[in-house]
Amino acid sequence: MKRIIGNGLLAFALLAASVPANAALRILATTADWGALAAELGGDRVTVYTATSALQDAHRVEARPSLIARARNADLVVANGAELEVGWLPVLVQESGNPHIQRGTPGYFEAASHVRLVEVPSQLDRSLGDIHPQGNPHIQLDPRNVALVARALSAKLAALDPEGAAYFAARAKDFDARWDAAIRRWEELAAPLRGTPVVIMHRDQAYLCRWLGLTEVASIEPKPGVPPSAGYLGQLVKSLAGTPPRVILLNAYNDPKAANWLSARVKAPAVVLPYSVGGTERAKDLFGLFDDTIDRLLEAVR
Amino acid sequence: MRAAFDSLDEDTIMHGIKPFAALMALACAALPVTAMAADEVAALRAELQALRADYDARVAALESRLAQLESAPATVPEPAPAPVAATRAAASAFNPAISLILAGSYADTSRDPGDWRIAGFMPNGGEIGPGERSFGVGESELQLAASIDPYFSGTLIAAITGEDEIEVEEAYFRTLALPAGFTLKGGRFFSGIGYLNEVHGHAWDFADQPLAYQAFYANQYAQDGAQLKWLAPTDLFLELGAEAGNDGAFPGTRREGNGAGGAAFFAHVGGDIGDSLSWRLGASWHETDAEDRAYEDLDQSGDAVVNAFTGKSRTWIADAVLKWTPQRGAPGRQLKLQGEYLSRRERGTLAFDVDGAGLVDAYRSSQSGWYLQGVYRFRPRWRAGLRYDSLDSGTPSIGLVSGGVLPLEAFPALLPGDATRSTVMLDWNPSEFSRWRLQYAWDEARDDGDTDGQLRLQYLFGIGAHGAHKY
Repeated sequence: MKRIIGNGLLAFALLAASVPANAALRILATTADWGALAAELGGDRVTVYTATSALQDAHRVEARPSLIARARNADLVVANGAELEVGWLPVLVQESGNPHIQRGTPGYFEAASHVRLVEVPSQLDRSLGDIHPQGNPHIQLDPRNVALVARALSAKLAALDPEGAAYFAARAKDFDARWDAAIRRWEELAAPLRGTPVVIMHRDQAYLCRWLGLTEVASIEPKPGVPPSAGYLGQLVKSLAGTPPRVILLNAYNDPKAANWLSARVKAPAVVLPYSVGGTERAKDLFGLFDDTIDRLLEAVR
Repeated sequence: MRAAFDSLDEDTIMHGIKPFAALMALACAALPVTAMAADEVAALRAELQALRADYDARVAALESRLAQLESAPATVPEPAPAPVAATRAAASAFNPAISLILAGSYADTSRDPGDWRIAGFMPNGGEIGPGERSFGVGESELQLAASIDPYFSGTLIAAITGEDEIEVEEAYFRTLALPAGFTLKGGRFFSGIGYLNEVHGHAWDFADQPLAYQAFYANQYAQDGAQLKWLAPTDLFLELGAEAGNDGAFPGTRREGNGAGGAAFFAHVGGDIGDSLSWRLGASWHETDAEDRAYEDLDQSGDAVVNAFTGKSRTWIADAVLKWTPQRGAPGRQLKLQGEYLSRRERGTLAFDVDGAGLVDAYRSSQSGWYLQGVYRFRPRWRAGLRYDSLDSGTPSIGLVSGGVLPLEAFPALLPGDATRSTVMLDWNPSEFSRWRLQYAWDEARDDGDTDGQLRLQYLFGIGAHGAHKY
């Protein structure tokens, strides 16, 4: 009996240890954008599974069984960080039983720790709404942040798969060049948007506004994460009479009701932006995300 | 602009030297030139010409650049984002994450909660049932959690009960670094059996547990012991778990012997169907020994007696959860369907009036219960729910009764019954951290089968660390 158990355990240990050495790096990305970036940089040396689609609020995802199973087999978790996934990622990592992706291990990567976060609250109190102590976590809508994260992520891939280091470096160089050129193109295209007064839905458009120089005149949410009441929207219409917005920004995953209501009152179009890779048909990858975002904005102010 | 310079001279170093040479030449020109050869003067002139062209080009380039900058400020780069510095280190930086749950309720019941009991099930001494009428602070909960080191994390969850006592609900460590999908948990923890057993009160979808959990586990089963879980390396979620503990909680009792008092095993499978449906199925088995598990009853003449069961108690549970979270249309909607079936067989001896008559004979029972519930989040901040509970106590085989020693009326708590309850719920969640709930139940748990209308208004607030909930 003892021998059977011993043999069984041995077979089990061998099975567990027999992960093919040349297997692609398995990446679990929490959002579509970081999934897309990991795929750009990793090429065919990685397989990427994305936990959230662009039509989901990354804040509200659940640690469902399928995600736990993916986390179990992941070599690397690419998270946004800055508490965006605080409601589910800790459970996912904990339930995965995977020692390689625990927080603080090399297999846990946070994009937000490689860029400078804006809107770091000077006062932390939940009466101020759903604020994030480390700053605004929605960093991906400034392409310069994407470039910074790409550099760090590429180094991470090389560290986890040293044999592919040259491959990753070449892909990163190629991506960097194309991304740099794209940023210049987008900035040139979006030059007429500078100073455009806009109403935003939630703080997740803050980085886009800063990058393109859009002027936020109001936010549909009275406080981050707090949906507007009818009374607040009424006040908003009044206060916007003095500074009429040209555009109301909306994300693909947002409920458009409040924005449409406001749009009709202040005579400014509500523009649905992809927000994330996959948010619109054209936002198939990171390049498409910004191509579409800028075209939609330009279309709206024309 | 660069091209303008380059066209003048390929060698950029020369740019620096040329103007200097030209200035020297100019200075020399102020001196008597008689000694200079005519061809030298011509060369100097050519040099000067080139210099002028060079500067003209530079000035033009600078001017055009200035004009460009003024007309299109978009190209002015903002300060490049730089990586954040490491967070400050302080003694308090290693404090565990603390979260506090405040709960309270107002209850209104049509029947006296004091005589509430579940027909046909042995009272288990738990804080079950509709609770007290009027206002009351429910269970406030304090949770502390942190990583201990790279290998372990620790959690303590203490509850302040309705009796103003502090009770340790959970206090456990779990491993972070075991290989091959294993996780070991030790200490006191809610057992992994069933689906709702591990869920803390503040995360329940109704104000109370299903009748089946109240009857079979006095709400929830906590192990003082260890749990080993293994997650299969497949894309299909497959989790196996085994537990051993002292089994001091109902339906077990604390015994004096060495070794574990009982064991529990569970298996979970789960996955997604399309991009809007997710599911989990589970099966659990729990076996324990009870030794003099006492309960209070009234004998045939209405006097209070204490009876006790000694023997084996085996429970199995089947559970299923299905969640539909539509990706399109109005966001924030979710439908959650869940149901569990619990079945228990107990076999051993039953002692009647342990402090008096002390009669003992065989006892056997086979009991079951189930519930089915649906909760629909129809707007991001609103949820409505419906639940149906049903229990079947079966008819226990009591040796003292079949042997003619005592009449069945001597065991009123064990008279067969089929308790049922229907519950409706509506809750409003102003934010992730607050919840107001209105619940109404038609409770037919008592053996007379009459309905008790139970109204409950409840609040639940979360303070501190942002909690993460399990599926």
